[in-house]
Amino acid sequence: MASESEARGAILSSIRSALRAPAEHDDGARQAEYEGLPRGYKRAATLQGEALLALFTHRLIEYDAGVARVPRAQIADAVARLLGKRGLKRIAIADDLPAEWLPCGFQFEKASAFGAQQLDELEGALTGCAVAIAETGTIVLQNAAAQGPRSLSLVPDYHLCVVFAAQVVETVPECFARLDATAALPTTFISGPSATADIEMTRIKGVHGPRFLDVLMVE
Amino acid sequence: MSAPEHSHFSSRNFPEAAKELLADSQLRKNVRHATDVIQAKRNRVVAELPDWEALRDAGSGIRAHALAHLDHYLAEFEQNCTRAGGQVHWARDAAEANRIILGLIQRHEAKEVIKIKTMTSEEIGLNGNLEAHGIRAHETDLAELIVQLGHDKPSHFVVPALHKNRQQVRAIFQREMHLPELGDKPEDLCAAARTYLREKYLRIKVAVSGANFLVAENGAVCIVESEGNGRMCLTLPDVLISLVGIEKVIPRFRDLEVLLQTLPRSATGERMNPYNSIWTGVHAGDGPKEFHVVLLDNGRSPILAEAEARQTLKCIRCAACLNVCPVYHQTGGHAYESVYAGPIGAILTPQLHSMEEGRSLPYASSLCGACYEVCPVKINIPEVLIHLRGKVVEQDQKTLGGKLGFWNIGMQAAAFVFESANRLSMAQHLGQMGQKVVVSKNGFIERLPLMLSGWTQTRDLKALPAQSFRDWWAQRESSGSRPTNTAKEGRRGE
Ligand code: SF4
Repeated sequence: MASESEARGAILSSIRSALRAPAEHDDGARQAEYEGLPRGYKRAATLQGEALLALFTHRLIEYDAGVARVPRAQIADAVARLLGKRGLKRIAIADDLPAEWLPCGFQFEKASAFGAQQLDELEGALTGCAVAIAETGTIVLQNAAAQGPRSLSLVPDYHLCVVFAAQVVETVPECFARLDATAALPTTFISGPSATADIEMTRIKGVHGPRFLDVLMVE
Repeated sequence: MSAPEHSHFSSRNFPEAAKELLADSQLRKNVRHATDVIQAKRNRVVAELPDWEALRDAGSGIRAHALAHLDHYLAEFEQNCTRAGGQVHWARDAAEANRIILGLIQRHEAKEVIKIKTMTSEEIGLNGNLEAHGIRAHETDLAELIVQLGHDKPSHFVVPALHKNRQQVRAIFQREMHLPELGDKPEDLCAAARTYLREKYLRIKVAVSGANFLVAENGAVCIVESEGNGRMCLTLPDVLISLVGIEKVIPRFRDLEVLLQTLPRSATGERMNPYNSIWTGVHAGDGPKEFHVVLLDNGRSPILAEAEARQTLKCIRCAACLNVCPVYHQTGGHAYESVYAGPIGAILTPQLHSMEEGRSLPYASSLCGACYEVCPVKINIPEVLIHLRGKVVEQDQKTLGGKLGFWNIGMQAAAFVFESANRLSMAQHLGQMGQKVVVSKNGFIERLPLMLSGWTQTRDLKALPAQSFRDWWAQRESSGSRPTNTAKEGRRGE
């Protein structure tokens, strides 16, 4: 659209004239200015091992999420137990979810075969994650191994997420350091079940996203 | 373009609108309750971070740096967003943005769109404009839904319906969703909204959103939310259109590590809000097939010119300054009669309109400085307020009406009087005689006449004493004694 490219030029030149910016950019100077920005905040972990996992667990429980801990060999058993407890049968999974996570006796459906409408008819979703933040009780999902497309962990009313101990970091900056290489992928930070405080500031679980979230922590 | 449904910038000024709203005690109660709750939560989660001040410094630095090189970072964002499969549009003003968005929706022959809460769309009057062209926009944020179905206006930009309590919300939902049996427990109201909107998420093919941040480095867009309505709109439809102010760009992906700590803690008092979405362009098999970003100027670029004013654009819309503001606490958001309420609204609104609208807003503050203290990107709001008050006066003095206006003449007269001791003393004597007409028996002035009445609308004024300090001092000096006020003198000497 002609008027749009005209608008682009007009906006950029209005910005330049307001900033009194020279016609030629000095990339080196801008770069140096950026590198010199204050970064005095906490960027490295102070907790490790059990203390780190305990903090993560504590935060999840505060959000009203369920947490279970199991050794790697028992993932499928734990999945069966958690789904069984809630009486759920038809569960959506990413196409590449490891087969050894899946117990018998349930109906696991590959997400790629489903539109949103059909996802809505499933009872839950089982995914892995990319990284998790202890300090904020956050799990981060990307469209990568065992995690599938974003709609998978959104449309069904229940989400079960498998988190390996090695995926848990303490701080938000550590999380971003880990995500940097895959920053272009669709990414979702999930902190507890969907919630709102829009009516009289009362936190109510589950408006549009899953109302129930369980985290299976694997050591 | 036809006029938006209702203009958010009425010709009334802040004091007039505030007076009416102050009379609504239910509204004041709701506003106070909500802001008290958020503030207490915010203080708790901020206090637990020992590096909070360092995060504020970093956030302020990142935002200021981005603004100082805004042309560069916008162009970089455009390039990377396009490379990732997105399409970037530029809109100089509200009319252009409306035209672009309408065109995109019409190209897909959509009659309905779903929307995520966005202040920028309020700013351009998008819903009204779409409606005028036969397109229905459904708000999906619970609070925005309450506002929309209640034919109301948002009053807070994180919790737009905080002025409504649950009974009021129930009445709106009963009427608009045809649910006469609906209960008034928040859970019931949420469940009603969930059912009402789920059908729309699954059916409607075009979504409109705003964005919290644009990342220049990789063209990523970031949206922060609670309910999952945002995620629904971002992932389920075929087409997504994000309308974003040009100031929202940040240099790098890792800068989010700062802002995604300070924003949720400041906005809702949570360590992290339930959902943050970050994505670039389009992704086969995941999310919309078409993604548009409309970059909106609409009065922003000229604000960059002056250093005091420029910091306004660092704002990340957390609304912490509203929750802490004693003026907002009393009046709520509607009194500002602008899309952006509270302290940030008081500085942003008039500037977006080249000081031609919202001119009373820079005065809607007591300059107590609480807003500056909580601001996660360290915007010195009182400094900007004073800067803008200066501009209002400067502008007024340029017009004949302003020159002859009461305040201008009054201020000039005051300057004339205060310049000379004789004139001051004469004025004081005149005042002592003149005030006899207005002083009531208790020694207070409860109502000043005419133009001065504004001062006494909400407070009583102590009458001038029979003897001025200057007279008393002169008398004391000449008599060499201590004629009056000895008690005070004695205390001072202790
Ligand atoms: S001015 Fe500061 S405190 Fe107010 S909304 Fe903007 S970022 Fe938040």
